[in-house]
Amino acid sequence: MTVHPDKTAGASAPPDRLGPMARREMGLAYTMLLPTFAIVLAIVLGPLLANFWISVKPIGLGDLRPAALLVNERLRGDFDGPGTTATLEYRLRNSSQDKPIEGAGFTDTLPEGLTVAGDVDERCTVNGAALTCTLGEIEPRFRDSIRIEVAADAAYLADPVNPRDSDAAVTGTSDNVLTNLEFTWDNFSRIFSSSDFWTVLKTTLYYTVFGTAGALVTGLFAAQLLNTAFKGRSILRGLFLFPYVAPVIAVAFTWIVLLDPFSGTLNSILRQMGVIDAPINFFGQRAVPLNFFGLTIEFPVALTTVIVFEAWRYFPLSFLFILARMQSISSEMYEAAEIDGATPLQQFWYISLPQLVGILAVLFLLRFIWTFNKFDDIFLLTGGAAGTRTLTVNVYEQAFAISNLGAGAAVAVVVFAVLLAFSLIFFKYSPQDEG
Amino acid sequence: MRIGTGFIAGIITGAIWGLVWMVVVSVTFMLVSGAITRPPVGAAMLAGAAAGAMATAFDPDRRTPGLQIGTLAVIAIVLAAATFGLPLGLPLAVAAIYQAIAIAAIIALIWAATRACMHGISGGRLTRYQLEIVFIRLMKGLGLVFFTVLVALPFYVMVMTSLKSQQSLLANPLDFSLDFSQGAQGLFRSYVELFADYHFGTFLANSTIVSVATVIITLLFAVPGAYAVARLRFPGQAFLSQSILLIYMVPAIVLVIPLYAVFSQLGLRDTLTGLMIVYPATTIPVALYMLQGYFRGIPSELEEAGLMDGLTRVGVISKITLPLSLPALASVALYVFMIAWNEFLFAFMFLDNIDIFTLSRGVVSLNSSEVPRQHLMAGAVVATIPVLVIFLWFERFLVSGLTAGSVKG
Repeated sequence: MTVHPDKTAGASAPPDRLGPMARREMGLAYTMLLPTFAIVLAIVLGPLLANFWISVKPIGLGDLRPAALLVNERLRGDFDGPGTTATLEYRLRNSSQDKPIEGAGFTDTLPEGLTVAGDVDERCTVNGAALTCTLGEIEPRFRDSIRIEVAADAAYLADPVNPRDSDAAVTGTSDNVLTNLEFTWDNFSRIFSSSDFWTVLKTTLYYTVFGTAGALVTGLFAAQLLNTAFKGRSILRGLFLFPYVAPVIAVAFTWIVLLDPFSGTLNSILRQMGVIDAPINFFGQRAVPLNFFGLTIEFPVALTTVIVFEAWRYFPLSFLFILARMQSISSEMYEAAEIDGATPLQQFWYISLPQLVGILAVLFLLRFIWTFNKFDDIFLLTGGAAGTRTLTVNVYEQAFAISNLGAGAAVAVVVFAVLLAFSLIFFKYSPQDEG
Repeated sequence: MRIGTGFIAGIITGAIWGLVWMVVVSVTFMLVSGAITRPPVGAAMLAGAAAGAMATAFDPDRRTPGLQIGTLAVIAIVLAAATFGLPLGLPLAVAAIYQAIAIAAIIALIWAATRACMHGISGGRLTRYQLEIVFIRLMKGLGLVFFTVLVALPFYVMVMTSLKSQQSLLANPLDFSLDFSQGAQGLFRSYVELFADYHFGTFLANSTIVSVATVIITLLFAVPGAYAVARLRFPGQAFLSQSILLIYMVPAIVLVIPLYAVFSQLGLRDTLTGLMIVYPATTIPVALYMLQGYFRGIPSELEEAGLMDGLTRVGVISKITLPLSLPALASVALYVFMIAWNEFLFAFMFLDNIDIFTLSRGVVSLNSSEVPRQHLMAGAVVATIPVLVIFLWFERFLVSGLTAGSVKG
């Protein structure tokens, strides 16, 4: 679609073999792209694959800290004078409740002035001031202690050193659940069999479709308003972009304060105007029954509110793009239509709208994907309560609230799969190349 | 004088404007003054309808300044009569100055809006063309009011709540009148406490460090990459220039679990360094895409001339390409800064240590029942002001960069 300006430069080179110049250019290009490749591979593509890996592993949040031998040393008893003994005690514990440690052991340096008196625990050897203990494989929940009789000399007693001042160096390896080869389908079977999975999927679709459509339609409307020149237009254009530019935490909490059922301004205004009798709990109420000609439907209050928020926050983006496109439509067409007697609405319908189809399609695609991916907004507004839990909020819920990283990753796999499916459908059926 | 669809359109338009301005102005009046009223909407509609009828009763070329003054008087008289002398439903002594301004504003706005809508439209039978003109003028006017209120109200509430106290807001949620008698110290108490007791100075510094570092790293990575994609020929060039944006479509929530797991084990999780690695990775693809589009637009003859004169590629980039693309660099830098400053998910997941909180993370920690609401809103204002100031300052750059970067392709 773009004509590369440098296509002509190498036209004389044979197409199947690269000359030395071309090869150097290629090398240069790859060198310049290398940093980008590296960081994208490490932080985006790598984790994307790793997510599949984690989704088939039985891993909880607590498993991220590998099992380790914990050593706690202290001196028991007091020295009565030079040559007398006290007990140096090492208390040992396996930090993990369910994983063994292999080759466990530790080494420590005895404080200067202390010497070993009597027998040493059979697991340990002393070499000068160096103490080495090997425990071999230890069980989960392993607890033990090693006691060593030590004698102090006069120098030590004059200036006692706490044995803790030299930390024991721990050895031993445990099975890292992230890297071992233990797999399970439990995560997937758990999320698919959970009763609210399909509700979550449905909520996600509603949120994505209506959030996208809302942002596009309001953006289109706003763009129509500012397409004609008038005093104060640039100020209004700046103002209209505020919701998009401000940080999500700021606007989300502002909406929570604004819509609060007890101290919220909006509820007060509506009640003052006599529109409602009792305050509406916009973010807390799941649904209210509405009566249409004897037909009762459950109107989802909280879900609608977060969709309105989504439209409010992202209409500036579509507004900006649509306005830019509208200002590039030549005015001659409108003049011609005016002469032919087309009314303003006809001009909009038959001239503006067809010109905008391309940008609207692109915006719909982008916004659809981004809304589907959106996590922050709902998480901050409702935390996924009151029937607003989408797939992305569910990822967080599973991985960090229930502390089951594997299940969270499994939901993330579903997110990615649905996204991929949407993208394929879009690219197959979208209008080709406008905009 | 003819009576037809134009006359009816005038009456309806006037009535709608009466309704809208009464609601908007009286709510503004309540928010500013703290007085409470139920606005007499019906009376305002009647006054608006009278104004519309009066305007359209005369042909456009006979609408003299005298008639305009008469219309204003009619609005005032109808409003006063229909509300029995209480135009806002309140005794005139309550918040007298504010009330006087509000009433004057309602009358003037109803008159101005009705006049603008019916400008050049007679009271007789209207063609479809004229009818649609009236309709579109009405919709545009209503739309401007609607969008302005929609955008301004939350930000107004945000700023004003941060200057009030919890008790006064619970007592009357509509009262945003400011108590200047307490002095600047009292008015900005929430902000003083945020910076004194809630470490917001540190958060501000952390956010600045992370955002600026993200901008610098992103540009360092994306400029050579974008130049290579735009100017150099290599296998995969066309594919890269089109597909780099796909990276931007990968949901952050899919990346957060693996990155959490790996960064935990590498000891990078609870550090600002971790954020400074993740943020550029998510912004580099967009930056590269925006920049390569701009680099393509620079005439390649300029660079070839530089090469002829003995400059190296690096020399060409630093002496010719970059100086020519300063506007694009500025808009990319702004956009990346905005993304990094506003980022919430990774900051929330990664940071536990309060000394390295960014503003996003810090404001979330204020959202508890122990912290009063005005502190939360003051935190929101502190997080918003820097990015809004920068945005307004460089708006032109940002807007052109945003649209140029993504509309094409």
